[in-house]
Amino acid sequence: MNSPVPGDAVRGDAVRQSLASFRREREADWKAFEALLARVEKRAPRALSEEELLSLPLLYRSALSSLSVARATSLDSALIAYLESLSLRGYFYLYGARRGLRQRVGDFFLHDWPGAIRDLWRETLVSVALMFVGIGAGAWLVASDKGWFDAIIPSGLAAGRGPDASAELLRRMLYDGDNSFLSGFAAYLFTHNVQVAILAFALGFAFAAPTVLLMLFNGCMLGALFQVYWAKGLGMELGGWLAIHGTTELFAIALAGAAGMRIGTRIAFPGELTRMAAAAHAGRVAATAMVGVSVMLLFAGLLEGIGRQTITSDVTRYAIGGGMLALWIGYFYLFQVVRNGDR
Amino acid sequence: MATVRRSALATMRSLITPEGVDLQVKLADAGTRAAAFLLDVVFIATAAIAVTIVALFGVRGLGTDEMQPLFIVWIIAIFFLRNVYFIAFEAGRRASTPGKRIVGIRVASRNGAGLSVDQIIARNLMREIEVFLPLSIIAGRSGMGVADTLTTVFGLVWALLFALFPLFNRDRLRIGDLLAGTWVVEAPKRTLMEDLSARQDPVAKTFQFSHAQLDAYGIAELHKLEEVLRRDDYFALRAVAETIGRKIGSTPQAHDARPFLTAYYGDLRAHLERKLLLGTRKADKHARGSNAGPTRLP
Repeated sequence: MNSPVPGDAVRGDAVRQSLASFRREREADWKAFEALLARVEKRAPRALSEEELLSLPLLYRSALSSLSVARATSLDSALIAYLESLSLRGYFYLYGARRGLRQRVGDFFLHDWPGAIRDLWRETLVSVALMFVGIGAGAWLVASDKGWFDAIIPSGLAAGRGPDASAELLRRMLYDGDNSFLSGFAAYLFTHNVQVAILAFALGFAFAAPTVLLMLFNGCMLGALFQVYWAKGLGMELGGWLAIHGTTELFAIALAGAAGMRIGTRIAFPGELTRMAAAAHAGRVAATAMVGVSVMLLFAGLLEGIGRQTITSDVTRYAIGGGMLALWIGYFYLFQVVRNGDR
Repeated sequence: MATVRRSALATMRSLITPEGVDLQVKLADAGTRAAAFLLDVVFIATAAIAVTIVALFGVRGLGTDEMQPLFIVWIIAIFFLRNVYFIAFEAGRRASTPGKRIVGIRVASRNGAGLSVDQIIARNLMREIEVFLPLSIIAGRSGMGVADTLTTVFGLVWALLFALFPLFNRDRLRIGDLLAGTWVVEAPKRTLMEDLSARQDPVAKTFQFSHAQLDAYGIAELHKLEEVLRRDDYFALRAVAETIGRKIGSTPQAHDARPFLTAYYGDLRAHLERKLLLGTRKADKHARGSNAGPTRLP
C-alpha cells in the first residue's frame, strides 16, 4: 500500500504543470485588470488613457474566461476566490454605473423629475383633493366648536395663535419681521415639512391608507388656522402670509403624498407583475419625485425664512406665491411640450 | 459542518453576467450590515459635531443679531448631512458608504442589471422612516418634556420592527431594499495568493505517495488542507499532519509537518485535478469515485 507508483506521479505532474502554466500566462492580465480597476474606482474614468479604457472590457472578459477555466480544472480555492472577486468587481464597474452622477443630475432636472411628476398626475389630483377636503373639514370643525382648534393643532406649533387670541396679536404675528422666534421656527418647519413629506411617501407602502390620513390631517390643521383668522377678518392677510411659501410647500407635500399613494396602490393592485416587482417599479418613479419634492421644500424654506419676514405687502406676497405656483406647474406639465417640439 | 455549509449556501445567489458566467454573489449578513451602519452613524455624528463647532465659533465672532440665520444654516446643514451622505456615497462608483467599504460590502441591483441612482435614492429615503424618524420623534418629545412611556415604547417597537425586518426574509432585505429592488452583497477585495502546489520545498520532495494514499481524501478535505497551510499555524499543522498520516499509514516526523503537508497537498491536488479532467469530481472522502468508473451522480 505504501509503495509509490511512479507512472501516476508523472501523470499528476503533467496536470500540475499545465495548470501552473495557465496561471503563469494569465496572471499578467489579471494584475493589469486589478490595477486598472483600482484606479477607475478611485478616480473618474478620464484618468485613464484611451488605450487603457479600451482594454478594460477585454481584460474583464479575459478574467471571466480564466474564472470559467479555473472552476472547471483547478482545485486551488484561493485562486478561484480571487478570480471571482476580480470578475465581480469588473462586472459591477462595467455594467454598474451607466451614467456619471453629474450627467445624472442634468438628466434629472431636464427629463426625470418632470417626467415622474407627470406620471403621478392622477395621484397628485387625489392628493390635492384630499388636502382641500381636509381644509374644509378643519375650518368647519373649528367654526362649529372652538375646542377643536386645540385638538387639531398641537400647542407647541400654535404658539399663542388660537380662537381666543386678539385680532391685534394675530395681525402682529403676520407682519412682525422682528419676531426672533419666527425665523428659527421657519427652519424648524422646513425640516418638519420635509419629514411630513417623507412620512407621506414612506408610509404609502401600507396600502396608502396612512398617506391619505396624513393628507387629510395636514389639510385639517391648515383649515383650522384659516378659520381662526377668517373669524377675525384677517383671512386675506393670512392667505398672503401662507401663499408666499405655502404654494410651493403644500404642492410639494401633495406630490409626496401622491408618490406614497402610487407605491401603496401598486402593492395593493400589482396587475400583471408580482407584488414585489410592482413595488420596486413604483418605488423608483416615486423616489425620483421625492428628490424633486425635497428640492421644492428647500425653495419653500428659503422663501419662508427670508421672504416672509422681509416682504410685508399682501400684494407682493400673493404675487410671489402665485408666481412660484405657476412656475412649478409650467415646469412640470408644460416643459414637456417644448422639449417634444425641439425633437 | 454540514449545517455550516448549508447556511453558507443559503446566502449565495447566482448572478449571471451577459457573458453567461455565474458569478455567485454572497449576501451580506445582518451583523456585517449593522456594523457598517454603526460606522456610518459615527462618521455622520463626527461631521455633525464639526459643523456645530464651526457654527459656535461663527456665533462668537458675530453679534447675537446674526444668531438666527446661523441657526437656520445649522439645522439645514445637519439635515442635509444625514440625507445626502448615504445617497452621494452609494451613487458613486463603488456603491458603498465608507462604513460599508470598511466591512467590504456594497449595494447591488437584484435583477443583475446596472444600479441606477433612483434605486439608491429610494432605498435611502426609506431609511428615514426605518431609523431616523422614530429616533427624532423620541428625541423631540423628550426635548419638549412630553415623552411619555407610550410614545417611547411605540417609537422603539416601530424602530425594532423595521430594524429586524432583514432577519425575516431570505434575501436579507430592508424595506428600502424591497422597494428599490436592491440588495447588499459582499464585495471583498482579494489579493492573488501564492500557488501552494508550486511551493519549492527541498524536504517536501522526499515524500512520495501512492495511488491508494491519494484516494483517501476528496475536494472538501483538500480545501480544508489548503486553509490550514495558508494559515501556517505550527500546532494546527502538526495535528493535521498526524491525522492524515494515521489515515494513509505514513507518519512523518513532528518537525516535518509543514513539508509533509505541502507535499501531500500538491500530490493530492494534482491527483484530484487529473480526475476532474477525466470527468470525476470527488466531492469529499465519502464519495466513491476512484474505482467506480465514469461519473456517478451523488
